[in-house]
Amino acid sequence: MVSGPSLGERPSLQSRDYVAGGASQTAVKILVVGHFAVGKTTFIGSISEIEPLSTEETMTRAAQDVDDLKGVRGKTTTTVAMDFGRLTISDRVVLYLFGTPGQVRFVQMWEDMARGALGALVLVDPERLADSFAVIDLIEQYGLDYAIAVNNFDGNPVRAEAALREALDLLDDTPVVTCDARDEQSSAAALTTLVSYLLARVG
Amino acid sequence: MNGPGDFELEATELVRPYVITKGRGLPDDDQLSLITLVTAAPEQVQRPLRLSPEEQRLLDLCSAGYLSVAEIAGHTRLPLGVVRIMLAGLTEAGYLITRPPVARARLADKELLEEVLSGLRAKFG
Ligand SMILES: Nc1nc2c(ncn2[C@@H]2O[C@H](COP(=O)(O)OP(=O)(O)OP(=O)(O)O)[C@@H](O)[C@H]2O)c(=O)[nH]1
Ligand SMILES: [Mg+2]
Repeated sequence: MVSGPSLGERPSLQSRDYVAGGASQTAVKILVVGHFAVGKTTFIGSISEIEPLSTEETMTRAAQDVDDLKGVRGKTTTTVAMDFGRLTISDRVVLYLFGTPGQVRFVQMWEDMARGALGALVLVDPERLADSFAVIDLIEQYGLDYAIAVNNFDGNPVRAEAALREALDLLDDTPVVTCDARDEQSSAAALTTLVSYLLARVG
Repeated sequence: MNGPGDFELEATELVRPYVITKGRGLPDDDQLSLITLVTAAPEQVQRPLRLSPEEQRLLDLCSAGYLSVAEIAGHTRLPLGVVRIMLAGLTEAGYLITRPPVARARLADKELLEEVLSGLRAKFG
Protein backbone atom coordinates (compact mmCIF):
# COMPACT_ATOMS: atom_id res chain seq x y z
CA MET A 1 0.00 0.00 0.00
CA VAL A 2 1.48 3.29 -1.07
CA SER A 3 -0.01 6.61 -0.07
CA GLY A 4 1.09 10.07 0.86
CA PRO A 5 3.66 12.07 -1.03
CA SER A 6 5.17 10.51 -4.10
CA LEU A 7 8.14 8.25 -3.70
CA GLY A 8 10.13 10.51 -5.95
CA GLU A 9 10.77 12.64 -2.91
CA ARG A 10 12.59 9.76 -1.27
CA PRO A 11 14.85 8.43 -3.98
CA SER A 12 16.53 5.96 -1.66
CA LEU A 13 13.35 4.07 -0.76
CA GLN A 14 11.07 2.25 -3.17
CA SER A 15 7.69 0.66 -2.63
CA ARG A 16 9.21 -2.80 -2.34
CA ASP A 17 11.19 -1.59 0.66
CA TYR A 18 7.95 -1.27 2.61
CA VAL A 19 6.18 -4.20 4.26
CA ALA A 20 3.65 -5.57 1.79
CA GLY A 21 0.17 -5.52 3.30
CA GLY A 22 1.60 -3.91 6.43
CA ALA A 23 -1.78 -2.97 7.86
CA SER A 24 -2.70 -6.62 8.41
CA GLN A 25 0.73 -8.15 8.92
CA THR A 26 1.93 -9.82 12.08
CA ALA A 27 5.67 -9.40 12.45
CA VAL A 28 7.75 -12.23 13.91
CA LYS A 29 11.49 -12.69 14.22
CA ILE A 30 14.13 -15.36 14.32
CA LEU A 31 17.72 -14.80 15.40
CA VAL A 32 20.68 -15.87 13.29
CA VAL A 33 23.61 -16.00 15.67
CA GLY A 34 27.14 -17.32 15.76
CA HIS A 35 30.70 -16.30 16.44
CA PHE A 36 32.76 -13.85 14.42
CA ALA A 37 32.84 -14.45 10.65
CA VAL A 38 30.76 -17.63 10.78
CA GLY A 39 28.47 -16.46 7.97
CA LYS A 40 25.59 -14.61 9.68
CA THR A 41 25.48 -11.67 7.29
CA THR A 42 25.88 -13.98 4.32
CA PHE A 43 23.00 -16.15 5.55
CA ILE A 44 20.66 -13.22 6.07
CA GLY A 45 21.62 -11.73 2.72
CA SER A 46 20.99 -14.96 0.87
CA ILE A 47 17.33 -15.20 1.83
CA SER A 48 16.27 -11.65 2.69
CA GLU A 49 13.94 -9.91 0.25
CA ILE A 50 15.42 -6.53 1.18
CA GLU A 51 19.02 -5.44 1.07
CA PRO A 52 20.22 -6.37 4.58
CA LEU A 53 20.25 -3.42 6.94
CA SER A 54 22.08 -2.78 10.15
CA THR A 55 21.46 -0.68 13.22
CA GLU A 56 23.61 0.56 16.00
CA GLU A 57 22.64 0.58 19.60
CA THR A 58 23.27 3.74 21.56
CA MET A 59 25.31 3.87 24.71
CA THR A 60 22.34 5.58 26.30
CA ARG A 61 20.27 2.46 25.88
CA ALA A 62 22.73 0.54 27.94
CA ALA A 63 22.98 3.33 30.47
CA GLN A 64 19.19 3.80 30.58
CA ASP A 65 19.73 7.51 30.96
CA VAL A 66 19.51 9.94 28.09
CA ASP A 67 20.94 12.76 30.15
CA ASP A 68 24.28 11.01 30.24
CA LEU A 69 24.71 11.97 26.60
CA LYS A 70 25.25 15.57 27.49
CA GLY A 71 28.66 14.69 28.82
CA VAL A 72 29.88 12.35 26.11
CA ARG A 73 29.66 14.37 22.96
CA GLY A 74 30.96 12.57 19.94
CA LYS A 75 30.76 9.15 21.51
CA THR A 76 27.14 8.17 21.44
CA THR A 77 26.96 4.77 19.77
CA THR A 78 28.60 1.43 20.16
CA THR A 79 30.73 0.16 17.32
CA VAL A 80 28.91 -3.13 17.09
CA ALA A 81 25.74 -3.38 15.10
CA MET A 82 23.15 -6.02 14.49
CA ASP A 83 22.17 -6.76 10.94
CA PHE A 84 18.84 -7.97 9.71
CA GLY A 85 16.72 -8.93 6.74
CA ARG A 86 13.06 -9.52 5.98
CA LEU A 87 10.99 -12.24 4.41
CA THR A 88 7.29 -11.82 3.67
CA ILE A 89 5.86 -15.21 4.53
CA SER A 90 2.24 -14.61 3.55
CA ASP A 91 -0.30 -11.81 3.59
CA ARG A 92 -0.55 -12.33 7.34
CA VAL A 93 2.99 -12.91 8.54
CA VAL A 94 6.25 -11.12 7.88
CA LEU A 95 9.45 -12.67 9.23
CA TYR A 96 12.51 -10.69 10.29
CA LEU A 97 15.92 -12.30 10.68
CA PHE A 98 18.29 -10.61 13.11
CA GLY A 99 21.96 -11.42 13.21
CA THR A 100 24.51 -10.53 15.82
CA PRO A 101 27.82 -11.78 17.09
CA GLY A 102 27.78 -13.18 20.59
CA GLN A 103 29.21 -10.26 22.49
CA VAL A 104 27.79 -10.47 25.95
CA ARG A 105 28.65 -6.92 26.83
CA PHE A 106 25.95 -5.53 24.54
CA VAL A 107 23.28 -6.74 26.88
CA GLN A 108 20.64 -4.27 25.78
CA MET A 109 21.02 -5.28 22.16
CA TRP A 110 20.64 -8.92 23.05
CA GLU A 111 17.57 -8.21 25.11
CA ASP A 112 16.02 -6.26 22.25
CA MET A 113 16.72 -9.04 19.83
CA ALA A 114 15.76 -11.97 22.04
CA ARG A 115 12.54 -10.50 23.40
CA GLY A 116 9.69 -12.15 21.56
CA ALA A 117 11.85 -14.11 19.13
CA LEU A 118 10.38 -17.37 17.84
CA GLY A 119 13.74 -19.06 18.15
CA ALA A 120 17.34 -18.95 16.97
CA LEU A 121 19.49 -20.53 14.33
CA VAL A 122 23.04 -20.94 15.60
CA LEU A 123 25.63 -20.98 12.82
CA VAL A 124 28.62 -23.11 13.69
CA ASP A 125 32.01 -23.55 12.05
CA PRO A 126 33.02 -27.17 12.75
CA GLU A 127 36.67 -26.16 12.81
CA ARG A 128 36.08 -23.60 15.56
CA LEU A 129 33.55 -25.30 17.79
CA ALA A 130 34.84 -23.74 20.99
CA ASP A 131 34.03 -20.30 19.60
CA SER A 132 30.35 -21.25 19.61
CA PHE A 133 30.08 -22.02 23.31
CA ALA A 134 29.50 -18.43 24.40
CA VAL A 135 26.77 -17.84 21.84
CA ILE A 136 24.95 -21.05 22.70
CA ASP A 137 25.17 -20.16 26.39
CA LEU A 138 23.62 -16.79 25.67
CA ILE A 139 20.78 -18.24 23.61
CA GLU A 140 20.01 -20.74 26.34
CA GLN A 141 20.17 -18.00 28.94
CA TYR A 142 17.47 -16.10 27.07
CA GLY A 143 15.37 -19.26 26.98
CA LEU A 144 15.25 -19.47 23.20
CA ASP A 145 14.80 -22.74 21.36
CA TYR A 146 17.44 -23.22 18.67
CA ALA A 147 18.77 -25.38 15.90
CA ILE A 148 22.40 -25.72 14.80
CA ALA A 149 23.41 -24.96 11.23
CA VAL A 150 26.88 -26.27 10.52
CA ASN A 151 28.64 -24.12 7.99
CA ASN A 152 31.06 -26.44 6.22
CA PHE A 153 33.44 -23.94 4.70
CA ASP A 154 35.12 -25.22 1.55
CA GLY A 155 37.66 -27.87 2.15
CA ASN A 156 36.73 -28.61 5.72
CA PRO A 157 36.48 -32.27 6.49
CA VAL A 158 32.94 -33.06 7.53
CA ARG A 159 32.93 -33.82 11.20
CA ALA A 160 30.70 -36.62 12.45
CA GLU A 161 27.45 -35.26 13.82
CA ALA A 162 27.74 -37.29 17.00
CA ALA A 163 31.11 -35.74 17.83
CA LEU A 164 29.76 -32.27 17.17
CA ARG A 165 26.73 -32.90 19.37
CA GLU A 166 28.96 -34.05 22.14
CA ALA A 167 31.35 -31.14 21.81
CA LEU A 168 28.50 -28.63 21.86
CA ASP A 169 26.64 -30.53 24.57
CA LEU A 170 23.37 -30.52 22.63
CA LEU A 171 20.09 -32.05 23.70
CA ASP A 172 19.14 -35.14 21.73
CA ASP A 173 16.30 -33.42 19.95
CA THR A 174 18.20 -30.26 18.97
CA PRO A 175 18.31 -30.29 15.16
CA VAL A 176 21.70 -30.19 13.43
CA VAL A 177 21.80 -29.39 9.74
CA THR A 178 24.60 -28.51 7.37
CA CYS A 179 24.26 -25.28 5.49
CA ASP A 180 26.03 -23.18 2.90
CA ALA A 181 25.08 -19.67 3.96
CA ARG A 182 25.80 -18.35 0.47
CA ASP A 183 23.08 -20.52 -1.02
CA GLU A 184 19.45 -19.41 -0.77
CA GLN A 185 18.01 -22.92 -0.87
CA SER A 186 20.46 -24.21 1.68
CA SER A 187 19.79 -21.30 4.04
CA ALA A 188 16.03 -21.69 3.59
CA ALA A 189 16.29 -25.41 4.36
CA ALA A 190 18.11 -24.64 7.62
CA LEU A 191 15.44 -22.13 8.57
CA THR A 192 12.69 -24.60 7.71
CA THR A 193 14.33 -27.20 9.95
CA LEU A 194 14.35 -24.73 12.82
CA VAL A 195 10.70 -23.77 12.38
CA SER A 196 9.64 -27.44 12.13
CA TYR A 197 11.43 -28.01 15.41
CA LEU A 198 9.79 -24.99 17.05
CA LEU A 199 6.41 -26.29 15.90
CA ALA A 200 7.14 -29.75 17.28
CA ARG A 201 8.01 -28.12 20.62
CA VAL A 202 4.59 -26.51 20.96
CA GLY A 203 2.53 -29.23 19.28
CA MET B 1 4.23 23.14 9.09
CA ASN B 2 7.80 24.15 9.74
CA GLY B 3 8.95 27.32 8.07
CA PRO B 4 12.53 27.56 7.02
CA GLY B 5 13.33 29.84 9.92
CA ASP B 6 11.81 27.58 12.53
CA PHE B 7 14.96 25.79 13.49
CA GLU B 8 18.46 26.92 13.81
CA LEU B 9 20.93 25.90 11.22
CA GLU B 10 22.85 22.92 12.39
CA ALA B 11 24.91 20.26 10.72
CA THR B 12 22.13 17.70 11.06
CA GLU B 13 24.45 14.77 10.53
CA LEU B 14 26.27 15.80 13.66
CA VAL B 15 23.35 16.65 15.90
CA ARG B 16 23.77 14.86 19.15
CA PRO B 17 21.07 12.36 20.03
CA TYR B 18 20.12 14.31 23.12
CA VAL B 19 19.28 17.31 20.96
CA ILE B 20 17.45 15.25 18.35
CA THR B 21 15.23 13.63 20.95
CA LYS B 22 14.60 16.86 22.83
CA GLY B 23 15.60 15.12 26.02
CA ARG B 24 12.61 12.80 26.00
CA GLY B 25 12.79 9.61 28.00
CA LEU B 26 12.92 6.12 26.63
CA PRO B 27 9.68 4.56 25.41
CA ASP B 28 8.22 1.32 26.61
CA ASP B 29 10.18 -1.54 25.06
CA ASP B 30 7.20 -3.59 23.99
CA GLN B 31 5.39 -0.70 22.36
CA LEU B 32 8.32 0.02 20.06
CA SER B 33 10.11 -3.28 19.75
CA LEU B 34 12.50 -3.93 16.86
CA ILE B 35 9.68 -5.43 14.81
CA THR B 36 6.83 -3.09 15.70
CA LEU B 37 5.42 -1.94 12.36
CA VAL B 38 5.07 1.80 11.93
CA THR B 39 3.33 4.02 9.39
CA ALA B 40 2.14 7.62 9.12
CA ALA B 41 -1.36 8.34 10.42
CA PRO B 42 -3.77 8.87 7.54
CA GLU B 43 -5.82 11.79 8.87
CA GLN B 44 -4.81 15.17 10.13
CA VAL B 45 -5.63 14.23 13.70
CA GLN B 46 -2.28 15.40 14.94
CA ARG B 47 -1.69 17.55 17.90
CA PRO B 48 0.27 20.49 16.53
CA LEU B 49 3.91 19.89 17.24
CA ARG B 50 7.02 21.65 16.17
CA LEU B 51 8.83 18.97 14.25
CA SER B 52 12.59 18.82 14.14
CA PRO B 53 14.21 18.12 10.77
CA GLU B 54 14.93 14.58 11.95
CA GLU B 55 11.31 14.04 12.97
CA GLN B 56 10.14 15.37 9.62
CA ARG B 57 12.54 12.97 7.93
CA LEU B 58 11.16 10.05 9.92
CA LEU B 59 7.62 11.04 9.08
CA ASP B 60 8.45 11.25 5.39
CA LEU B 61 10.06 7.85 5.51
CA CYS B 62 6.96 6.38 7.16
CA SER B 63 4.42 8.01 4.89
CA ALA B 64 4.65 5.54 2.00
CA GLY B 65 3.89 2.32 3.84
CA TYR B 66 4.80 0.21 6.84
CA LEU B 67 8.35 -0.32 8.10
CA SER B 68 9.59 -2.00 11.27
CA VAL B 69 11.34 0.08 13.92
CA ALA B 70 14.59 -1.71 13.03
CA GLU B 71 14.18 -0.87 9.34
CA ILE B 72 13.55 2.79 10.17
CA ALA B 73 16.77 2.88 12.18
CA GLY B 74 18.63 1.11 9.38
CA HIS B 75 17.39 3.44 6.64
CA THR B 76 17.97 6.64 8.62
CA ARG B 77 21.29 5.43 10.04
CA LEU B 78 20.30 6.85 13.39
CA PRO B 79 21.00 4.83 16.55
CA LEU B 80 18.13 2.61 17.55
CA GLY B 81 17.58 4.26 20.91
CA VAL B 82 17.28 7.67 19.28
CA VAL B 83 14.85 6.41 16.65
CA ARG B 84 12.70 4.82 19.34
CA ILE B 85 12.42 8.03 21.29
CA MET B 86 11.49 10.05 18.22
CA LEU B 87 8.94 7.45 17.09
CA ALA B 88 7.39 7.43 20.55
CA GLY B 89 6.97 11.21 20.47
CA LEU B 90 5.47 11.20 16.99
CA THR B 91 3.12 8.37 17.89
CA GLU B 92 1.98 10.11 21.04
CA ALA B 93 1.24 13.25 19.04
CA GLY B 94 -0.84 11.30 16.54
CA TYR B 95 1.49 11.46 13.56
CA LEU B 96 2.26 7.76 13.48
CA ILE B 97 0.41 4.51 13.93
CA THR B 98 2.22 1.52 15.42
CA ARG B 99 1.37 -2.16 15.19
CA PRO B 100 3.19 -3.97 17.99
CA PRO B 101 4.06 -7.61 17.24
CA VAL B 102 2.08 -10.43 18.78
CA ALA B 103 2.05 -10.71 22.54
CA ARG B 104 4.50 -13.09 24.13
CA ALA B 105 1.67 -15.42 25.08
CA ARG B 106 0.74 -15.95 21.46
CA LEU B 107 4.27 -16.48 20.23
CA ALA B 108 4.32 -20.18 20.88
CA ASP B 109 1.06 -20.30 18.97
CA LYS B 110 0.90 -23.36 16.80
CA GLU B 111 -1.01 -21.57 14.08
CA LEU B 112 1.58 -18.85 13.77
CA LEU B 113 4.44 -21.32 13.47
CA GLU B 114 2.46 -23.40 10.99
CA GLU B 115 1.94 -20.33 8.88
CA VAL B 116 5.66 -19.54 8.93
CA LEU B 117 6.54 -23.13 8.06
CA SER B 118 4.12 -23.45 5.18
CA GLY B 119 5.13 -20.03 3.92
CA LEU B 120 8.80 -21.02 3.88
CA ARG B 121 7.99 -24.26 2.08
CA ALA B 122 5.86 -22.48 -0.49
CA LYS B 123 8.58 -19.92 -1.12
CA PHE B 124 11.57 -22.22 -1.30
CA GLY B 125 10.00 -25.50 -2.34
N1 LIG C 1 32.61 -21.41 1.83
C1 LIG C 1 31.73 -20.70 2.51
N2 LIG C 1 32.01 -19.42 2.82
C2 LIG C 1 31.11 -18.71 3.53
C3 LIG C 1 29.88 -19.27 3.94
N3 LIG C 1 29.20 -18.36 4.64
C4 LIG C 1 29.96 -17.25 4.65
N4 LIG C 1 31.10 -17.45 3.98
C5 LIG C 1 32.18 -16.47 3.81
O1 LIG C 1 32.75 -16.24 5.09
C6 LIG C 1 33.08 -14.88 5.27
C7 LIG C 1 32.39 -14.30 6.50
O2 LIG C 1 30.99 -14.29 6.30
P1 LIG C 1 30.03 -13.22 6.99
O3 LIG C 1 28.66 -13.50 6.47
O4 LIG C 1 30.56 -11.86 6.83
O5 LIG C 1 30.16 -13.64 8.50
P2 LIG C 1 29.51 -12.93 9.76
O6 LIG C 1 29.15 -14.01 10.71
O7 LIG C 1 28.44 -12.01 9.37
O8 LIG C 1 30.75 -12.13 10.30
P3 LIG C 1 30.79 -10.99 11.46
O9 LIG C 1 29.57 -10.15 11.30
O10 LIG C 1 32.04 -10.25 11.21
O11 LIG C 1 30.83 -11.73 12.76
C8 LIG C 1 32.65 -14.17 3.99
O12 LIG C 1 33.79 -14.04 3.19
C9 LIG C 1 31.67 -15.14 3.36
O13 LIG C 1 31.67 -15.04 1.95
C10 LIG C 1 29.61 -20.65 3.59
O14 LIG C 1 28.57 -21.20 3.92
N5 LIG C 1 30.57 -21.29 2.88
MG1 LIG D 1 28.22 -9.93 9.86
